[in-house]
Amino acid sequence: MTKEEAANGRDDMIIDGPEQANAVPDGFNANYLRIYYGKLFPHADIFKWLSYGNDGKHPACDKSYVGRREFSFTLENDIYIRFQSFNSVSEMENSIKEKCPFKIDIGPVYSVDPAKRHAYAQSGDNVFTPVERELVFDIDITDYDDVRYCCTGADVCLECWPLMTIAIKVIDTALRDDFGFNHILWAYSGRRGVHCWVCDGKARRLTNEQRAAIADYFRVYKGNENSNKKVSLPGLVLHPFLARSYTEVLKGFFEGKLLSNQNLLSSEERYEKILEMIPDASVTSELRGRWQDNKRSSMSKDDINIVRWEQLKQILQSGKQKAQGLRRCVEEIVFSYTYPRLDMEVSKHMNHLLKAPFCVHPKTGRVCVPIDPNNCDEFDPTTVPTLSQLLEELNKGGLRQDAENGWERTSLGESIAFFRSSFLQPLLKSCKEEIESSYNAKLQQSKNNTLSW
Amino acid sequence: MQVVRSHRKSSPSDVVVSTLPLYRSAPPLEVRLEDFELFALDRLRVLKGISDGLSRGRKPEEMEKLAMDLLRKANMRHPQATEEVNKDIISHFVLRLVYCRTEELRKWFLSTETALFRYRFRSESSEAQRALMSEFNLPYKAVSNAEFESVKEKLGQVARSMGQSLPTADAVYYKVPFEEVPDLVAARRVFLLKGHAYVAMSQVVSLVVTQFRSHLSKALILTNRKWTSTIRDQEKDRLAPIVEALSSSYLGPDYSQPKEFGEISLKDIDQIARTSFPLCMRHLFEKLREEHHLKHGGRMQLGLFLKGVGLKLDDALAFWKAEFAQKVGAERFDKEYAYNVRHNYGREGKRTDYTPYSCQKIISSTPGVGDHHGCPYRHFSEENLRAALARMGVSSRTMEDVLDKVRNRHYQLACTLTFEAVHGSPCDTGINHPNQYFIDSQKILQSKNGSVA
Repeated sequence: MTKEEAANGRDDMIIDGPEQANAVPDGFNANYLRIYYGKLFPHADIFKWLSYGNDGKHPACDKSYVGRREFSFTLENDIYIRFQSFNSVSEMENSIKEKCPFKIDIGPVYSVDPAKRHAYAQSGDNVFTPVERELVFDIDITDYDDVRYCCTGADVCLECWPLMTIAIKVIDTALRDDFGFNHILWAYSGRRGVHCWVCDGKARRLTNEQRAAIADYFRVYKGNENSNKKVSLPGLVLHPFLARSYTEVLKGFFEGKLLSNQNLLSSEERYEKILEMIPDASVTSELRGRWQDNKRSSMSKDDINIVRWEQLKQILQSGKQKAQGLRRCVEEIVFSYTYPRLDMEVSKHMNHLLKAPFCVHPKTGRVCVPIDPNNCDEFDPTTVPTLSQLLEELNKGGLRQDAENGWERTSLGESIAFFRSSFLQPLLKSCKEEIESSYNAKLQQSKNNTLSW
Repeated sequence: MQVVRSHRKSSPSDVVVSTLPLYRSAPPLEVRLEDFELFALDRLRVLKGISDGLSRGRKPEEMEKLAMDLLRKANMRHPQATEEVNKDIISHFVLRLVYCRTEELRKWFLSTETALFRYRFRSESSEAQRALMSEFNLPYKAVSNAEFESVKEKLGQVARSMGQSLPTADAVYYKVPFEEVPDLVAARRVFLLKGHAYVAMSQVVSLVVTQFRSHLSKALILTNRKWTSTIRDQEKDRLAPIVEALSSSYLGPDYSQPKEFGEISLKDIDQIARTSFPLCMRHLFEKLREEHHLKHGGRMQLGLFLKGVGLKLDDALAFWKAEFAQKVGAERFDKEYAYNVRHNYGREGKRTDYTPYSCQKIISSTPGVGDHHGCPYRHFSEENLRAALARMGVSSRTMEDVLDKVRNRHYQLACTLTFEAVHGSPCDTGINHPNQYFIDSQKILQSKNGSVA
């Protein structure tokens, strides 16, 4: 696939449900946004992050580094400006304040300054090419429409949001424990999903092939509109990553929350969907029989979803079901309903754009704030600060404002403090160490060279 | 070709002689001009066979047999046995010249040569494999006993998840950065811990292949530079014409420009879709008409196909707009989707004239929830495929033949059978490209009508 198109406004390309009239009554307009960029948006932090320690203070810094990063703005009238680059935080800040983009996307670091790519194009030989990019993940609740009954499309509520929470848990743990990454930023996408930025040097330098390998490592869900088997887990046992995800996250969530929350087994229509995943007619007809009868007899107070799930498990996991495929079926159902569904293409290629954290979502007016993966259960998308709320808080602060720290008096303060202390500072520290050690290695090498001459 | 040193260090202690060359440097051999071309053509046949096998989704064991058959049975034979290795090396280096010249050519050559190497390596004896490994100077040490004990349980889990027996105490594992074995990571065939993969002795082929691939990839870039800077001019009367002819003699047309049938007009498109679209495109076309929307993957697959079929940009815009407007409104189409249509025609962004997708690309795509693109023979459930074939008018007897091909993962053969059934006439070349399907179909229909449509 041609990556560029996919990158273009990918968030917009999914058809949204009918606009909700009440979503943002007065919450989003260019004037508000201008104030937000003027007083609240953490320009310096974003720029520091994307410089990765190449701030010119160390002799080994790559001074051209941050200037080769692509920024892309979507303006109010849906005008799309790609391939912008900034050499300093003031350049970036001025441009953002001047153009007041409704959306800011971050692209890869290219081999040359993307703004000057045409000048290099003459030389042929394709010198304009992406060379670094964070490993990114995009998880969108709309991809779960076949397993949630509370909302559809762009809507999300506290009943279905936990699907995002467990996606964070599964992916975050694997990124750290399996792949050994440390500098991971999770952010609310502003409406219906989450973004993940893996920023370790090692992650930024992955080739497309290696990115695809990681994305495939995470891929369990293999279904499209025209096939029925969605999750298939062959083999005698699960791979350690899947086994851990299942026992530590998915199983408990499915049985403890989702089953009752979404009433997965309460009506015929819904339980038929689950029975479809069991490839054994005798089992399904036995369960169907029981469940149709027990409609009348179930006067007990127990949740019918849980009662039926226990029955299903009992039959599938009982000793007489020797067939491997059937025992695996319980896990397959749980995975189908809960396992993270990634937008694979976003992760596979370096040159996909992804919305910058701390942007404001134009439809909801909510800020794309970081999410703490260690406390992601507490994250509530419905209480994320909105643009209008922030401006109100800012106004209340009165006139004694020193321009730089506007956010401290607003509910954005906590998010920015978290971004700094949990993500930016440790990241920059390790960037400095990396720069220092590569510098020392070079010094050592040149010393050795002189000796050998 | 420049001679740097003979391709293999001869060491007297090296008893195990493998005939698998690593192609580290060009051979110091004299080559007759006709051999130059003939050897290259023979190797091309091998590579073509490999690439066909891969696009049919053959299993590794089948690929291994296929590769050895292609090499031994016919193509790489030489009347003098001792010359076989030379032929192997010469043909490889000739094709490097042929396939170094564009990104597309390099990509194809790199992936097929790497695959060929992989299956040849697999079929070597374990002593020969170890000898080859040592030639790569891989910096990995086997995992110590103590470390093996600490992860033994997980390694066992991985082995059993692949249907293998538990590793014994004397099993040899290598611990390598996960980036070095992307194929094993992608298939979850290794245990990962903090960024390291535990690679079993039986999997070292992946390590070797990664080395082989990265070496060849760099070499192709260098060869390209040499080709453009010196060889092309020096050899403009001798080698250059052969080299240029060789590359086009194989890869076939890319169908980016409609040649044989010029333009199609919007009013004919429904009829043409019914008579001459392959199932994958027909399905997308019908879904678009039905739902007035396709997700990104579908828009790309169908859009580029229609371009190849001869739909002009203005007509393409009108065509997509007519459908999308019914779902998202004309204004939103103009804002959000028109860019992508123009982009496909090279009028936006990088201004590349994108080429329609080949069968291989479509078969290897991974459609997800809500997606209708991909290859129906591969991505549909049997039930849906049967229904779709019935709608195309495939008889029940042919249908069994088609499904038989599908079960053996011969998706292009299944498509070829469908073509033959629908058109009542043989297709000797087989279907390799949706646009080829279209052109062949139109040829048959026009000769039947005896007049040009």
